[in-house]
Amino acid sequence: MALLDIRNVSKSFGAIQAVNDISFAIERGEVVGLMGDNGAGKSTMVKLIAGNFPPSEGEIAVEGEVCHFHKPIEARAKGIEVVYQDLAIADNLTAAQNVFLGRELKKGPWPFRVLDKQAMIDRAAELFGELKSETRPRDLVRKMSGGQRQAVAIARTRLSKAHMVLMDEPTAAISVRQVAEVLELIRRLKAQGVAVILISHRMPDVFAVCDRIIVMRRGAKVADKTVAQTSPEEITGLITGAIRAA
Amino acid sequence: MPPDIAKPAESGHASIGDVVKIREQTIWQKIVASQPFWVTVALLVLVAFMTMLEPSFGTVDNAANVTRNFAPFGIMALGMTVVIITGGIDLSVGSIMGLVAIVAGLFLTWEYPWYVAFFMGLLAGLACGAVNGFFVAYVGMPSFVVTLGMLSIARSLAVVFSGNQMLYKFGPDAPIVKAIGQAKFPHQVPGDSIPDWIPQFSSHFWVMIVMALVVGYVFNFKAYGRHLMAIGGNENAARLTGVPVDWIKFQAYVFSAFTASIASLLLLGYNGSAINAMGQGYELRVIAATVIGGANLMGGAGTAFGAIVGSAFLEVIRNALLMAGIDSNWQGAFVGAFIILAVLLGMQSGGKSLIAATVERMFPKKHR
Ligand SMILES: Nc1ncnc2c1ncn2[C@@H]1O[C@H](COP(=O)(O)OP(=O)(O)OP(=O)(O)O)[C@@H](O)[C@H]1O
Ligand SMILES: [Mg+2]
Repeated sequence: MALLDIRNVSKSFGAIQAVNDISFAIERGEVVGLMGDNGAGKSTMVKLIAGNFPPSEGEIAVEGEVCHFHKPIEARAKGIEVVYQDLAIADNLTAAQNVFLGRELKKGPWPFRVLDKQAMIDRAAELFGELKSETRPRDLVRKMSGGQRQAVAIARTRLSKAHMVLMDEPTAAISVRQVAEVLELIRRLKAQGVAVILISHRMPDVFAVCDRIIVMRRGAKVADKTVAQTSPEEITGLITGAIRAA
Repeated sequence: MPPDIAKPAESGHASIGDVVKIREQTIWQKIVASQPFWVTVALLVLVAFMTMLEPSFGTVDNAANVTRNFAPFGIMALGMTVVIITGGIDLSVGSIMGLVAIVAGLFLTWEYPWYVAFFMGLLAGLACGAVNGFFVAYVGMPSFVVTLGMLSIARSLAVVFSGNQMLYKFGPDAPIVKAIGQAKFPHQVPGDSIPDWIPQFSSHFWVMIVMALVVGYVFNFKAYGRHLMAIGGNENAARLTGVPVDWIKFQAYVFSAFTASIASLLLLGYNGSAINAMGQGYELRVIAATVIGGANLMGGAGTAFGAIVGSAFLEVIRNALLMAGIDSNWQGAFVGAFIILAVLLGMQSGGKSLIAATVERMFPKKHR
C-alpha cells in the first residue's frame, strides 16, 4: 500500500484549471521531484496534498485511507509536513516563535499553562544547528535574510515525526552551503523512511536526491520517470514542451 | 587563498552554536526602542511639569480623579488593542456603551435586581460584539465597515429603547449600583492608619488594573497571545500553521465589546443614571489611546501596558488643557493631532520605529 495515493485529482480556480486529472503514488522513503514551468500547477498540487483546499475532482489517500482534508492541521495530523513556497511565516514574530507557531510548547497546570519559551528557543536552536543555519531563535524574522527565513520554514517540519515532507522550492533563496544541507536533510529523511516531494527549478538538486521525477505542464502530468531512466535534457524538454510526453 | 580555507574546518560549526545564543537586543535595548516606554517618559515629564505649574494638579484628590477619568478608556483600550493586533478596528465601542447603559438602566427601572440588570446589559454588549465578530471573521468583511454599521445600529437601539429619556429611577438596587460605580479603595477616613499620600483609587481604576494584568498575562505567557500577534503579522501563515484564525478574530470583537460593556456599567453606577448618548465619540479617544500606546494599526503589535499608558497620557493632556484655561472644544483637535502624531512616530523606517531611529541618530552607538 502506497503512503500517498493521488487518484485522478483536478483543481480549478474558476476558469483556471490549475491541476488536471493527475494520478501518482508515493511509497515510504521515496524522494520524488516535482518539476514544471511557472504556473504549471506544482504549488497547487502541494496545497491539495497539504489540505489547504479540497480537490475539485478525484481523491487523495494516505496509507490507503481516503482523506478529505479541509484544513492544513488535518493533513499534519496524518504526518504530512509542508514548506510552503511563500514560507508562511509571520514577520513580527521571532524565529523560534514561528517554528512553534500553532504548536507551542507549554508548561504548568491549567489554567496557568504558560508558554515554555526557553524550551522552544532551545529546541529551535537545535534545529537550526542541524540545518547548519546561523539563525538566532530570538531574532525577529522581519530582519532576517532569505536563507534564514527558509531555515525557519524547514525547521518547522522537523518538530514532529512526519511521514511525508512536501518542500515547495526550499532551496530558492539559500547559499550553496545551505543547499547542500537541505539536500543532506532530504537524504536523512529518506533514510528514516520519510517520503519527500521536492519542488525545485534547480535540475542538479533534483537529480542529486530524487528517486523519481514527475513533470507537470499546464496542470497535467506529462512524465513520471525514475532518475535512472531519464536525463536533465529530457526533463528540460518535457518542462518546456519541446518533448510532448514520456 | 580564500580566507575560509585557512580556518580550521570545525570553526564554522562551532560558531553556529555560539550564534544562536546571541540576543539581537538586550532587554533594555528592547524597552528603550518601544513606543510605550517613550510615552511613559512623556507622561511622567508632563505630570512633573503640571505639578510644578499648578499646585492643584499634584494633589492626592486629583490623582484619584484623573485615574478614575481615564480608567474607562484604559479598559476599552485593552479591548481595542486586541482587535488592532489582529489587524482590525472597532469603531462601535462608544455606541455599545450607550446601548449597554440603556439596557441595564431599563432593567433597573423595572426594579430587577442589580445583577440581572448588569447581566442583561452585558449580554446586549456581547451580542453587538458577536455580530461584529461574525461579519468580520466568518463573512470576511472589512472591520471598518462592519463596526461603523454597528456604531450606528447600537446608538439607534439605545435611543429607541430609552424612548429618548434619561433613566434614573433605578428601583431598590439603586444604592448598590451607585456603590459599585463610586467605590473607593483604599477608603480614607480621618484618623485611619492609611498614609494620607495614598490616593483613594476608584473602582474604575482597580477594574482597569486587574483587566490589564490579565490581558498582559495572556499576551506574554499564553499561546493565545502568540496567535493574536501571528494573525496580525501574517494571517495566512497563521491559518496554515493551524491557528484557529476565524475563531480568534471573532473573540477579539467580542472581547472589545466586553470591555465597552464593563466601562459602561461602571460609568452607569458612577453617574447613577443612564443616557443613550453615553460614550458618544469615545471610539476616537479609545483608538487614539491605543495607538499612542504603541499598537500598530496594520496589526501584529500592541501591549496591555501601552493601552493603559496611552489612555493616561490623553487624560493628563486633557486635564492640562483644562487647567491652562483652554476652551474644552479644543480637545477634539488635540486628540486628533495626537492620533496622527502617534501613528507617525510608530511608523517603521528600515525596520525601526521612527523614534528608535531618531534616538539612534542623536546618540550614535560607539561600536558597530
Ligand atoms: N488561489 C488561486 N486562485 C486562482 N488561481 C490560482 C490560485 N492558485 C493558483 N492559481 C493559478 O493556478 C495556476 C498554477 O499555479 P501554481 O502556483 O500551482 O504554479 P506553480 O507550478 O507552483 O508555479 P511556480 O513555479 O511559479 O511556483 C496558475 O495559473 C495560477 O495563477
Ligand atoms: Mg509554485
